[in-house]
Amino acid sequence: MASTHGAPPVFNNKVVAWIDHRLPIFSYIEKEYHTFPTPRNFNYFWNFGAIATVMLVLMIVTGIVLATNYQPNADLAFASVERIMRDVPSGWLLRYMHMTGASFFFAAVYVHIFRGLYYGSYKAPRELLWMLGVVILLLMMATAFMGYVLPWGQMSFWGATVITNLFSAIPVVGDSIVTWLWGGFAVGNPTLNRFFALHYLLPFIIVGVVALHVVALHVHGSNNPLGIDPKGPQDTVPFHPYYTMKDGFGVMVFLIIYAAFVFFAPNALGDVNNYIQANPLVTPNEIVPEWYLLPFYAILRAIPDKLGGVICMFGSILLLLVLPWLDTSRVRSCTFRPIYKWFVFLLVIDVIVLGYCGAHPPEGWYVPISRLATAYYFFHFIILLPVLGKIERPLPLPSSIADAVLKKKAV
Amino acid sequence: MFTKLSLNKLILTGAVALAAFSAGTVATAAEDMPPLPKHDWGFKGPFGTYDRAAAQRGFQVYKEVCSACHSLELLSYRNLEGLGLTENQVKGIAAEFQVSDISDDGSPIDRPARPSDHFKKPFPNELAAAAANGGKAPPDLSVIVKAREGGPDYVYGILTGYVPYDKLTPEQIKEFNVKKDDHFNLHFPGHRIAMPPPLEDGKVTYVDGTKNTLQQEASDVVEFLAWASEPHLEDRNRTGVRVILFLLVMAAFMYAVKRSVWADKH
Repeated sequence: MASTHGAPPVFNNKVVAWIDHRLPIFSYIEKEYHTFPTPRNFNYFWNFGAIATVMLVLMIVTGIVLATNYQPNADLAFASVERIMRDVPSGWLLRYMHMTGASFFFAAVYVHIFRGLYYGSYKAPRELLWMLGVVILLLMMATAFMGYVLPWGQMSFWGATVITNLFSAIPVVGDSIVTWLWGGFAVGNPTLNRFFALHYLLPFIIVGVVALHVVALHVHGSNNPLGIDPKGPQDTVPFHPYYTMKDGFGVMVFLIIYAAFVFFAPNALGDVNNYIQANPLVTPNEIVPEWYLLPFYAILRAIPDKLGGVICMFGSILLLLVLPWLDTSRVRSCTFRPIYKWFVFLLVIDVIVLGYCGAHPPEGWYVPISRLATAYYFFHFIILLPVLGKIERPLPLPSSIADAVLKKKAV
Repeated sequence: MFTKLSLNKLILTGAVALAAFSAGTVATAAEDMPPLPKHDWGFKGPFGTYDRAAAQRGFQVYKEVCSACHSLELLSYRNLEGLGLTENQVKGIAAEFQVSDISDDGSPIDRPARPSDHFKKPFPNELAAAAANGGKAPPDLSVIVKAREGGPDYVYGILTGYVPYDKLTPEQIKEFNVKKDDHFNLHFPGHRIAMPPPLEDGKVTYVDGTKNTLQQEASDVVEFLAWASEPHLEDRNRTGVRVILFLLVMAAFMYAVKRSVWADKH
């Protein structure tokens, strides 16, 4: 197989050529993953798309094998997970990979989202790409929540109770919706059964949306740390081998940290209460979700009104859908936005503060702080972002990517 | 307009808010629980292993003391081979227990347990367990070490944390509303625990000559329960060391490849 930048590929292998003439999968791979022109100036933040993809595949593979050994029945679920941990060959490995994998999948995706925020990857012409990403995040949250219910521990049961109960805040039909979700008058066997079915289904929908996300990405290509469009071949490199190899390195480093948790601290990110079998008669002292949902849980509890809390919690994520239109600045990368740059960091701190508040009962100092942090979260997106884009004076943009890269090298 | 000054002010405000925030944490976290006794468990850390002798003694403690009230239902007798017991020893231990079964002609019978049977429960069901224990069933111990904040230190703390009524200060008696028949435990949330002190000096007699102090019995049974909670820990650690070594080599290799690929672009 020989090909040069931009030219259509020629396949020397007759079988490959025969297939490609009828179903151009080889041309597609060649075009999108080999010669695909990619900005030459990515930093390591651009690894996290590939890392998230690896984690998605890893979650699906371990999940399918776990599902072959799991019993979605309220009487058997807890013991069946323990049977996986004790008696299924390498079952402990699969289960810990899957359980810790959820945390690391979210960690990767959160870094990926931060990358998008900081370098303005959501701006024209990548608005749909960004919005598909928000849809993926929502699907991931639903999947993770339902997956967390499956071991049928105390936190599974009570987490499911709290979250499904949120729908009762909807006026008039709320209670009927909750009963419909539960399949009964409390979280029970029918709930567990349907959550298992949906937990198995949603990842494949995520795969579908990820495919659209990638298709949308490949229309205009990737953004880059400078946020300026490539102007010619001197600004780009072919995706392979330059970024396949760089992604390979990034994935390995990420997997080292992941493996350290899987093998040496598999329960560090979980809640001890989930090793107690679900008991509808005993409520745990504190009902908390996994760490990756804590900021949103804090927003939910910061609002004194139930319906208001639910609206703000979902609103905090749905708001991201319109982010491309809230940001009025024409400059993408924060590298050239001297003021907004600091507000992005402040937003990160704000979300961490929210996460911290979400892990603690809403008493004492946590109440005013989580309210303040919630207010700031919405202030950032709804007021600060549109206003700042108009009044901030961005730094001068470099004339081209190659220019900036080569100048940096000369210094 | 944002000037440099107002930006600094804003960062300062943020810092103040953060300081107030951490102060709030300290205030609410100040619960009057003494710190758990720190024990140097051999199964902690990436190279941790179980002390087989201690865990076998711990099994003796469980069998002679704990099992009167606490089930261990996720374990089977055959699992004891993981503690270093032989197949015949396990068969012997299992045969000491009578379990319900159905005979070939369909009638209910009791027969000696086999290694494949789960540990026999002290009570036929949770209601019976609750009825015999003042209204609340004693928790199953299969994953107890993973199911409590503090893990092995907590279980050890409970077992060694009893304070007799006459040793309590008047403030403690008043604050926690302790009655003469109550059991006061330093490490139990709320301090009044339903379980009477299960262990004491000389509660079990070890065949290997180990001194049977309360602390020894407690640490032995915690070693056993830690193993029961996480029987594949040693395999996990061993695999982990290998996987991480592999990934480190792979990462170094990928880095070298990446450097050489990019050499003409830097």
